[in-house]
Amino acid sequence: MKKLICIVCPMGCHIEVDEQNDYKTTGNQCPRGAVYGKKELTAPTRVVTSTIKIKGGIHNRVPVKTAGDIPKGLNFKCMDLINTLEVESPVKMGDVVSENIFGTGVDLVITRNM
Amino acid sequence: MKYELVVLGGGPAGLAAAIEAKKNGIKEVLIIERDNELGGILQQCIHNGFGLHEFKEELTGPEYAQRFINQMAEEGIEYKLDTMVLDVSPEKKIQAINSVDGYMEIEAKAIVMAMGCRERTRGAIAIPGDRPSGIFTAGTAQRFVNMEGYMVGKKVIILGSGDIGLIMARRMTLEGAKVEAVVELMPYSGGLTRNIVQCLEDYDIPLLLSHTVTNVKGDGRLERVTVAKVDENRKPIPGTEINYDVDTLLLSVGLIPENDLSRNAGIVLDRRTSGPVVNESMETSIEGIFACGNVVHVHDLVDFVSAESRRAGINAAKYIKNEIKRNEEFIEIDGTNGISYTVPQKFRKENIDKGLEVFMRVREVFKDVKLEVRCGDEVLMSLKKSHMAPGEMEKIMIPKVFMDKINTNKIEVTIKR
Repeated sequence: MKKLICIVCPMGCHIEVDEQNDYKTTGNQCPRGAVYGKKELTAPTRVVTSTIKIKGGIHNRVPVKTAGDIPKGLNFKCMDLINTLEVESPVKMGDVVSENIFGTGVDLVITRNM
Repeated sequence: MKYELVVLGGGPAGLAAAIEAKKNGIKEVLIIERDNELGGILQQCIHNGFGLHEFKEELTGPEYAQRFINQMAEEGIEYKLDTMVLDVSPEKKIQAINSVDGYMEIEAKAIVMAMGCRERTRGAIAIPGDRPSGIFTAGTAQRFVNMEGYMVGKKVIILGSGDIGLIMARRMTLEGAKVEAVVELMPYSGGLTRNIVQCLEDYDIPLLLSHTVTNVKGDGRLERVTVAKVDENRKPIPGTEINYDVDTLLLSVGLIPENDLSRNAGIVLDRRTSGPVVNESMETSIEGIFACGNVVHVHDLVDFVSAESRRAGINAAKYIKNEIKRNEEFIEIDGTNGISYTVPQKFRKENIDKGLEVFMRVREVFKDVKLEVRCGDEVLMSLKKSHMAPGEMEKIMIPKVFMDKINTNKIEVTIKR
């Protein structure tokens, strides 16, 4: 049994995952907790959020995110990629700045209009 | 200038209140914002986790703000940016200034106060030592890094484990800084548990509970921060000092509702929340002046700010249309036995349709207790709570059917062990 805190939503359920029993999860208050419990112990993933350079905007940086979660081990590699990117204003929320990053099928997208 | 409703602040609270008032038939709505864009602090909160209640999906701060800004634009609501409100009078006359219109006097039928909050600073917690550069409030550092594009330091100590401190620990790490530790005075974290997992544990950042910063050294730039363990009275224990050679200290030591305008207007403030005392309609002690969001009490989740602010917006609309009832006496809500405050602080049954949502915080960590709503000796409601913490705001809905049982001018919200 492994004790975890679910990070799917701000509820932060204290859950227990049974590795011997197909990662059966208890203590979760919604089904997403069970999915999280199994994934966290088999192939943990995270959404990465950061900023990239923008020219001609009202700020120097515009925020971006991975449009879905990517393997946790790619977090810093993702940051290296993000640090090479630059866009020009105007941009819109949802604009893709890098497609299918590291073959994950997940795009890197802008998260505001600027 | 004359408007039916003027909303002070264009952050999530102000936007939600303005949109809701407009939807409820108020045509002349003006939002006044002192920054050069709408959205408030959400624009610097680039991490995700916003909107799970409001939109049933996980958004970043700017995305959450953008959705409200788009709605506001669809409603055709007027706004003024780069505009500072100087004064609000009890007669609802607003003095404001900007570089385009100059000095303005704006008359409003109703006002919504949505000015948000400010960070507590080094001065507020009296950290001893030198006064070098490199000491920032966590939110200021967040703005520098996420919007303006300045990295604030390379080796970092964070004092305070509230959500902003935790989020900044991860953010600084991702941007290449080394966060040596997050230091927390209390024996528990002030932030959401999920943030301890995904911001600290993911990056092996130590969380030092029951510790505080006891000295700061640096000539020009910060060079060294001394951290010591504290006893149960939160006093540093001699001999437990650890020195960290860092160039940056971030402070995440609490937020204070920003109520200078409210105070000058003569609005009654609650000492416990540092925000206005409000009733079921989110109306302050001055009729027709409403308040919502972090100016009333500091929230953990923007989703709850939006919901609360819609209540302020709809009731401001009702006020303008003369639909708020004022026949009954107020019933006070008294938070006792570990409840540090409630919002609203009082209510009139006659203005409640389905039920009354009451927000509250607890003073300490509770496990396996009951949260009770009582009227004298009678228990109106009892909810089992397996875990309650000061860092996690609680809310309960008191249904209208229970309201009818209240026969005194006071109800009690309390913890039963």
